[in-house]
Amino acid sequence: MNAWLTAMAAIIAREALRFVTQRERFIAALVRPLVWLIVFAAGFRATLGLSIIPPYQTYITYEVYIVPGLCGMIQLFNGMQSSLSLVYDREMGSMRLLLTSPLPRWWLLFSKLVAGATISILQVYAFLAIAAATGILLPWSGYLLIFPALILSGLMLGALGLLLSSTIDRLENFAGIMNFVIFPMFFLSTALYPLWKMGESSPLLRDVCAVNPFTQAVELIRFALYGQLNFEALGWTVLALGVFFALAVRGYDPSRGLIRGKAGAGG
Amino acid sequence: MSGLAVSHLSYSYGSREALRDVSFEVARGDFCALLGPNGAGKTTLFALLTRLFLPREGHIEIAGVDLAKEPRKALGRMGVIFQQPTLDLDLTVWRNLTYYAALHGISGRAATKQIEAALDRLGMRERASEKARNLNGGHRRRMEIARALIHRPSLLLLDEPTVGLDVATRMSITAHVHELCRDEGLTALWATHLVDEVMPHDALVILHRGRIIAKGRMDDITGEATLGDRFSELTQEEAAP
Repeated sequence: MNAWLTAMAAIIAREALRFVTQRERFIAALVRPLVWLIVFAAGFRATLGLSIIPPYQTYITYEVYIVPGLCGMIQLFNGMQSSLSLVYDREMGSMRLLLTSPLPRWWLLFSKLVAGATISILQVYAFLAIAAATGILLPWSGYLLIFPALILSGLMLGALGLLLSSTIDRLENFAGIMNFVIFPMFFLSTALYPLWKMGESSPLLRDVCAVNPFTQAVELIRFALYGQLNFEALGWTVLALGVFFALAVRGYDPSRGLIRGKAGAGG
Repeated sequence: MSGLAVSHLSYSYGSREALRDVSFEVARGDFCALLGPNGAGKTTLFALLTRLFLPREGHIEIAGVDLAKEPRKALGRMGVIFQQPTLDLDLTVWRNLTYYAALHGISGRAATKQIEAALDRLGMRERASEKARNLNGGHRRRMEIARALIHRPSLLLLDEPTVGLDVATRMSITAHVHELCRDEGLTALWATHLVDEVMPHDALVILHRGRIIAKGRMDDITGEATLGDRFSELTQEEAAP
C-alpha cells in the first residue's frame, strides 16, 4: 500500500477505535434522532399534514418523512463532534503530530474527513436498523442506494466541521457553534418540514431553507432512499463540499499560523 | 553538511516580535541544547522548524534539505517530541506507534520491525500492549521518543521534553538522548530552561527575548563559571538598558 493510503487507513482506524471505545458518544448519537423520530414525530404527525411531493408517490406518515432529515442530523452532529475533537486535538497537541507527517496537508485533512464520514455512516445505519425495528420501514433498495448519498453528505458536513475547527481558537468557544450553526442549519432545512410548508408561512424563510447546504444534503438522501437522483441536491452538495474543504485547507495553511495565539505562550 | 541549519530567521505575532534574526547551525551527531527562559521564543522556533508556521524571513535546512523548498522530504527527516504529550491515552502503546508509523507511510512488516527496534532501544518492549494511560510520565516520554525514532530520522527535535518529570527521570532521558547522538549519529535539538540538562561538551544556543545571545560549546561559553551563573549573567546583561 502506498504511503498516502497507509496514512488514510490509519487515520480512519484511529477514529473508528476512538468511537468504539467512547460508548457514550455512540449512544448519544443514536438517542438524539430516535427521540425525534419516536417522540417528536408522534406528537406532530397530526398537525403537520403532508401532501404527495417528490420523491414520494403516495401518502406517507410523518415518521417516514423525517427519516432522511434525521440521517442528515446524525451526520451534522457527527461533523460538529469531529470539529470539536479537532479543536481538542489542537489544544492537546496531537494535531501537531498529524500535521508534521511528511504527507500533503490537504491529504491528511481529507483523510480526517473520510474517517469522520465513515463513523457517521455507521451511526446512520445503526439508526435505520432501530427505526426499522420500531416499524418504520423504507424501500429495501433504498438502504443500499443512500450509501453514496451518505458518503457525500457526510463529507460535506464533515468539511463544514473542519472549516469551523480551523477558525475556533479555543474549546470554550465551541458552544457558539451549537447556537449559530447546528440549530439554524437543522431548523432552516427540509429535515422536519417540506419547503412548500415553510413557504406558506414565509417565502423568505423558504428561500433561506432552499440555499441551506444541509437542505440539499437531506434531499439528496431523501431521493436516494427512493432510488432517484436529485441532480440539484447533488450539485449543491458537491459545491458546498468543495468550498468548505478548500476554505478549511486554507485555514490550516501554515503560512496563516494554525496555532496562532498559542505558540507564543510556550517558551 | 550540517544536521540543522537556521539562518536569519525572524517571526512576529502581529506587532509582537517573537524571533529576530536567529542563525545557528548544529553539526551532525551533535546534541545541541537550546536554552532560554520562558517566553524566549523556543516554542515559536519549534513551530517554524516543524512547519506549523512558515517564516516570513529566514531559511531552515534539515539534514541538508531546504524546509521551504522540499517540506515533505525535510519533515520525513525529523522526529519531533512536542512539549505537550501527544499520545492517544486510550490506545495501547503499540497502536500509538503503528499510527505514527502509518503517518510516515510505513506499514506491515516494515512497521513491526522498526517499532520493535525503537521500543528495544528504549527498553519499552514489554510495555507495548499496555494502554498509554497506564504509563507514568517518564515512560510516556520514553515512548514518545521511541515513536519519534520509528521512521529513522536524522534530526530529533525535543521541545522541553522533561517538563513535569522528577529529577532521576529527567536525567535518565537526557542521558539517553545523548547516547542516541553519540552511538547512532543522530542530531538533537533539545529546548530547555533547565541548566542541569546541558553537558559540558554539548553545543549550546542561548535564546533570550527572541534573539540569540550566545552560541558555541557549553564549556567555551561558561569558561570557569557554572552554566547557571553564566546564563543569569547573560540574561541580565540583556535585560539591562
